[in-house]
Amino acid sequence: MATYSTNEFKGGLKVLIDGEPCSILENEVVKPGKGQAFNRVRLRNLKNGRVWERTYKSGESVEGADVMEIDMQYLYTDGEFWHFMKTDDSFEQIAADAAAITDAKNWLKEEDIYTVVLWNDSPISVTPQNFVELEVVDTDPGLKGDTAQGGTKPATLSSGAVVKVPLFVTIGDVLRVDTRTAEYQNRVTK
Amino acid sequence: MTHDWRPQASLETLRQRAQVLAIIREFFAKRGVLEVETPALMPTTATDIYIDSFHVDTRVDPQREIGQYLFLQTSPEFPLKRLLAAGSGAIYQLAKVFRREQASKRHSAEFTMLEWYRPGYTLDTLMDEVEALVVEVFDATTGDAARVTEIAIARVTYRDLFLEHLNIDPHVASDQDFESLAHEKIALSAEGLSRTDYLQLLLAHCIEPSLPFACFIYDYPVQQAALARIEVDRTGQAVARRFELFIAGMELANGYFELQDAREQRARFEADIAERERRGFDAVPLDEKLLAALEHGLPECSGVALGVDRLIMAALGKKDIREVQAF
Repeated sequence: MATYSTNEFKGGLKVLIDGEPCSILENEVVKPGKGQAFNRVRLRNLKNGRVWERTYKSGESVEGADVMEIDMQYLYTDGEFWHFMKTDDSFEQIAADAAAITDAKNWLKEEDIYTVVLWNDSPISVTPQNFVELEVVDTDPGLKGDTAQGGTKPATLSSGAVVKVPLFVTIGDVLRVDTRTAEYQNRVTK
Repeated sequence: MTHDWRPQASLETLRQRAQVLAIIREFFAKRGVLEVETPALMPTTATDIYIDSFHVDTRVDPQREIGQYLFLQTSPEFPLKRLLAAGSGAIYQLAKVFRREQASKRHSAEFTMLEWYRPGYTLDTLMDEVEALVVEVFDATTGDAARVTEIAIARVTYRDLFLEHLNIDPHVASDQDFESLAHEKIALSAEGLSRTDYLQLLLAHCIEPSLPFACFIYDYPVQQAALARIEVDRTGQAVARRFELFIAGMELANGYFELQDAREQRARFEADIAERERRGFDAVPLDEKLLAALEHGLPECSGVALGVDRLIMAALGKKDIREVQAF
């Protein structure tokens, strides 16, 4: 894998820091008029999403990380792995483990598209689209005449996620949910 | 057809930039400081380890002549000091200067430097004058005038800053103390740096973010004397009579109570040149003409270099140097 000099640092560059694949978020040059130049870098660890800060002496190099982000279709889970398929008609499949799937497992729906990050061709993270549509499989009975205002109640979605929904929502409704905040947006069908 | 022919700065900003340049010239005209111009291309340049100069091939007929290079100046300091030694009195230059370094939001390889020298001025009186100029510029432009004019620009010693923020004396603590403190405070992927490197990293990471909007830092550790005189302060500590002005988180100006001693100056140049050779950096010839001028006698004076692009950024609240440079 290529190495990158601090001069090539920029947002989005994928590098290997302490053996972990990271994406550069921000690169700031710290250069006192008469002093050594340093690069102060904010990075996101692509495995766990944590944001790090590192300072390098300018001119030094770090190893690049062979990281690819691709859209893949979710197929099924066998309990241990979650299986995805490429959307380029190659029908190539990959299996993501629990460490890679993390919270995305709350938002899985067969045939939906997810962003999968591959490091050295292995999946390290799965991100759902910002909004997904999922069916309610369990919730207390809806109250007739109740409109959008008023209280909320928990509802279990087909993916297993539990979200707060308005009281009028009933089993079988399809809801649009923001996956970043786990917040109910609106009812798609009745 | 390419679409990036347009200026990167707005025309409104360029008008304000012109206004700042006019204010600077008027400021010095009123105070009887003479505007001078010195060459951008000269046979020698700054020896500082971390200032890299462009060299320019100056052969008229490359087929017949052997290599001859001149350096694009990183500051007009050396020719200005030769003028002072020749009896010019107070002088200033608005110079285009060039540094071979990575571009960033605050760095451009080519920028405008305002450098001036005041015979008879101490570091204090020069800080007063820098402050007066900055206030005029802020007053006349649309920026944070209130913040600079309502409060005098704070002045704090390098030592007090380190004591206040890091509880360590920058003059007396050991090199190892700074190395371990830097690694404790900063996620640093570099080993074996110099004492000065660690101090500058700590200043940038741990102190600069909490500096007031505008402040002077003065009396630097002797290792950072550059061309400033070293004297003993009130507490008996040897310090470099140097100040820097920080505004809006940017290093804006660097001033010295100027070193007059030609022998000391030669020793500092030679130390830089030896360090450059040790590190495999570009060789820089010794400026014998400057040393001869110091031998002849530089009047006791203070001098300062101020980044004009950054001054304009600070006054207009711009975050990227490209927003204040036409192209």
